[in-house]
Amino acid sequence: MSTVAESRRGIALPALGHDLTRASGIGLGLAMTWFSLLVLIPLAAVMVTASTTGWSGFWSVVTNDQTAAAIRLTVTAAAGVTLFNVVTGTAIAWVLVRDRFPGKWLLEVVIDVPFALPTIVAGLVLVSLYGVDSPLGLHWANTSMSVWLAFAFVTLPFVVRMVQPVLDELEADVEEAAASLGASRFTVFRRIVLPSLVPAIAAGAALSFARAMGEYGSLVLLSGNLPFESEVTSVRILSAIENDNRAGAAAIASLLLLISLLVIVALDIIQRRVARRG
Amino acid sequence: MAEVRRHRNGPVTYALRLAVVAYLVLLIGWPLALVGTHAFENGTEAIRGIFEDPDMVAALRLTAVAAVVATAINTVFGVAVSLLLVRNEFPGKRVLSALIDLPLSVSPIVVGLALVLVYGGRDGWFGPTLESAGIEVIFSTPGIVMATAFVALPLVIREVVPVLKEVGTEQEQAARSLGASGWQTFWRITLPSIKWAVVYGVVLTLARSLGEFGAVKVVSGNVLGETRTATLAVEEKYLNFDQEGAYAIAFLLASVSVLAILIVSVLRAIGARQATR
Repeated sequence: MSTVAESRRGIALPALGHDLTRASGIGLGLAMTWFSLLVLIPLAAVMVTASTTGWSGFWSVVTNDQTAAAIRLTVTAAAGVTLFNVVTGTAIAWVLVRDRFPGKWLLEVVIDVPFALPTIVAGLVLVSLYGVDSPLGLHWANTSMSVWLAFAFVTLPFVVRMVQPVLDELEADVEEAAASLGASRFTVFRRIVLPSLVPAIAAGAALSFARAMGEYGSLVLLSGNLPFESEVTSVRILSAIENDNRAGAAAIASLLLLISLLVIVALDIIQRRVARRG
Repeated sequence: MAEVRRHRNGPVTYALRLAVVAYLVLLIGWPLALVGTHAFENGTEAIRGIFEDPDMVAALRLTAVAAVVATAINTVFGVAVSLLLVRNEFPGKRVLSALIDLPLSVSPIVVGLALVLVYGGRDGWFGPTLESAGIEVIFSTPGIVMATAFVALPLVIREVVPVLKEVGTEQEQAARSLGASGWQTFWRITLPSIKWAVVYGVVLTLARSLGEFGAVKVVSGNVLGETRTATLAVEEKYLNFDQEGAYAIAFLLASVSVLAILIVSVLRAIGARQATR
């Protein structure tokens, strides 16, 4: 095989060894170039633009009354919904793995809907049940409840989908041994099942928190974006962009980016700990 | 396996089942069904209205084009990066593998802002240079494609990497030792073994790409008939009190995403059945 042809086709060539062949080196170069142009350089631009105003500029932007209120609401709702997901997500995963009833496959499909449904459509569907014409009589649109509702919708699958495979792999014999020695079902769950689920739950919670912190699309039609009431951080960034205040937008955005980075690091640590144990 | 683990059905089992079903119906099932009923309140008139409006047809076409291009880019990039991450050792591999997941947890608005700061025609880092070369990124289709590709970036990789790890390199090594070129090995051995993972990744990427809203809103400029995508049209119609039109486009978008989930879950079920056989 000619090396010229190989290098031209480089990007998709699999290398079998552990060291980089010339072809996969070229592939790596191309992939990294695209990744930098698309993701790394733009995200760096956010950080650099935020730093142009200095620490005092940054501080005055994020402590502006309206912005601080938006950040407080976003953090509170994201943390609250994440805690809620830890409980409900584990319960849902438990039902999907351990329970059997007709129509269960439908639940499997429903769980994935928030992943694939466009966020603007998610907002619209929530308005139809919890908005002005609510068949339930719940008028949550344009209140801070709408933020909790939208976060709960878009983050639903994270904990479920992390916990489900782990629960599926658990061996039954330890649980059976505990039960035969007289442990109640609750004790078995708390002492035997739960400890092995903790890393998966933590990973799901981290993803869920990060997703909620940056959520925008599902809130546009639902929350009304009322300052001090239902306005979230992303909306503040967007209004800064629309007012051509790029430094201000970048300052708030860099705060969100920092949280995303922390989540990524937390996930990496959790996954490494699990890999070492397994 | 599931048989062995089954506990007797006590009241707790039924209570939990009921609570989970009720929660999912209230949060997802019922609202989703309402979109269907709202879209067809006056029969098929609302949907027909969308297809008769040239601006809406343009919006749907732009969404489809952006999603297909972004998916194609992410598929090639995703398969290549998965191979590099699984089959090679190189400095910075751990950092790359962690950073790849970053787009999933970055706010779409931040994605849009980031792209504007670099590719903005007036005062972006690269924007003015590209503009003088005749390439407009922001407020134009390339910007929409980039925003879409950004938000869906890790989806193919997350599907392909675990499968690549599992299949190992034995067959590839056998093919290579029998004289197959790297290219032949990739097409005949590697690609067929990760085929389904790639298909899941592509379907999920396509669904995610069709629905991107926040990032596209920032980079597109939202010009009617030119850079307005289908998701932006949903917002525009709803805010202009054309609820029926908004629900009609929402219904079209929701159908595609539900279809995507159904395809993946059916393929997964078939795959699982073949694996246990």
